[in-house]
Amino acid sequence: MIGETARRPVNRAGPLLILIVALAWLALVIGAPMATVFAEAFKKGAGVFLGAISDPDAVAAIRLTLLVAAIVVPLNAAFGLAAAWSIAKFEFKGKALLLTLIDLPLSMSPVVSGLVWVLLFGARGWFGPMLDDGGVKVIFAVPGIVLGTVLVTVPLIARELIPLMAAQGAEEELAATTLGAGGWTTFRRVTLPNVRWALLHGALLCNARAMGEFGAVSVLSGHIRGLTETLPLHVEAVYNEYDFVGAFACASLLAGLAIVTLAAKTALERADAAAAIKGSAA
Amino acid sequence: MVALAPRIAAPAAAWREPSAVPGFHLAFGFTLFYISLVILLPLAALAARPWEHGPGGFVAAVTAPRTLAALRLSFTAAALAALVNVALGFAVAWVLTRYEFPFRRLADALVDLPFALPTAVAGIALATLYGPHGWIGAALADAGIKVAYTPVGVFVALLAVGLPFVVRSVQPVLQDLDVAWEEAAHTLGANPLQIAWRIFAPALTPALLTGFAMAFARGAGEYGSVIFIAGNMPGVSEIAPLVIVTKLEQYDYAGAAAVGVAMLVGSLLVLAGVNAAQVAFSRRGER
Repeated sequence: MIGETARRPVNRAGPLLILIVALAWLALVIGAPMATVFAEAFKKGAGVFLGAISDPDAVAAIRLTLLVAAIVVPLNAAFGLAAAWSIAKFEFKGKALLLTLIDLPLSMSPVVSGLVWVLLFGARGWFGPMLDDGGVKVIFAVPGIVLGTVLVTVPLIARELIPLMAAQGAEEELAATTLGAGGWTTFRRVTLPNVRWALLHGALLCNARAMGEFGAVSVLSGHIRGLTETLPLHVEAVYNEYDFVGAFACASLLAGLAIVTLAAKTALERADAAAAIKGSAA
Repeated sequence: MVALAPRIAAPAAAWREPSAVPGFHLAFGFTLFYISLVILLPLAALAARPWEHGPGGFVAAVTAPRTLAALRLSFTAAALAALVNVALGFAVAWVLTRYEFPFRRLADALVDLPFALPTAVAGIALATLYGPHGWIGAALADAGIKVAYTPVGVFVALLAVGLPFVVRSVQPVLQDLDVAWEEAAHTLGANPLQIAWRIFAPALTPALLTGFAMAFARGAGEYGSVIFIAGNMPGVSEIAPLVIVTKLEQYDYAGAAAVGVAMLVGSLLVLAGVNAAQVAFSRRGER
């Protein structure tokens, strides 16, 4: 996103007023809510903060959030690699339709992404009674939370990989194949090193979204304290009990996750840009 | 990419061009399996369930006054917030590409925060900030303005949600726009207004349209950052996703699915409209 070569002299920029308006807007819309999170979390001191995040229900919520992300991110990474491999390296009919389908969850409300699984597996869902007979619980249990999160985050890794792999073309893979490499070796030794930064970038975004997902999970969780509450749901529950410091303490963990994600993403982009410059110089 | 793949004359019936690269069947098979399970099957349920009580049931569910009010609020607030973001998002993108100032990189990184910040966190922060005792809410209350727990709160919450979409679609275009065009126009005697209209508008309109569409689609379906500040009064400050949640709690699957379909179709229509506008715009440019 940051192109140092495109930097222009200040006198082409325009009046100072635009700078002030733009920065004030950033401060109002993004800065102020962030500051509120941390100010409220530490309002009653570090002791109360630590007490809130070490509460057994909070710890259980953190554990579930980590578990869900640990399932969802590898699944969507595998899908992203498979989808990008077939779309970028091959020519076939129906590619546009496939791309549209992959992007579709981006225009869906998170609540709808939760709703669809209730329609399938809920008490009155298509497969609900069948699952009931088998004693399998999907909705208001961890599998439902995983499914909702998967649907919300499906496109995130695939969208990072598809344009990059399409731009790289299939030349290197063809060369490797011609030299006698098998499919798996070609993928592992040629394709994967070429896309590893984009893969990591997508995984970071997917992870942040998976850990922070609220709408879809809220429909699917059943809100059972200590069992099916993810960290964002725990924030909501504590907030609705008017324990604001407790809610903001847990919220500040999620805000911290967002900040770490962005810092890692920025570092990754910079490393990538540096590698590109080195590559073009060589 | 097309030029690189060996184009061997394939029989007309083949849906795939032959390639020496291995792994198509495995990768494509897994892709289709995953999409069917995670996207197609759920969508089929969403498309099929609203009609359980016939077409009349669907119409009744979507046109109930409470649902209509919620749909109207979600779509209007999203459109207004996206419009504001087109203007101010452009200003932010402009400043980030054209100005040199301290902490520019930090400001640039800050823009992405709404992408990464969980919506529930933004939601409780906004509700507190604009609430009666919040930093902004208290000041506004003195002026007699109430934001939290009103429809205005929905709009305010969506401002943060949409900002990164506009900035991130405009910024790369601004960066790639050759400054020589501006300088040439300036040398030839164009005034700033002419430069804006003849150079910036044609280059930036598609990106601004994309930013608007994405901010709108995201805002119309937004739930977590809105419900805490909205007050959720049925018919007044209740958003469409909340109507779905309420219907599900009452086990009204058909009604919930009907509202879900209405929301998805509404968003897709706007996206299609913006797409058509972009095509029309690029055609105008070719003439």
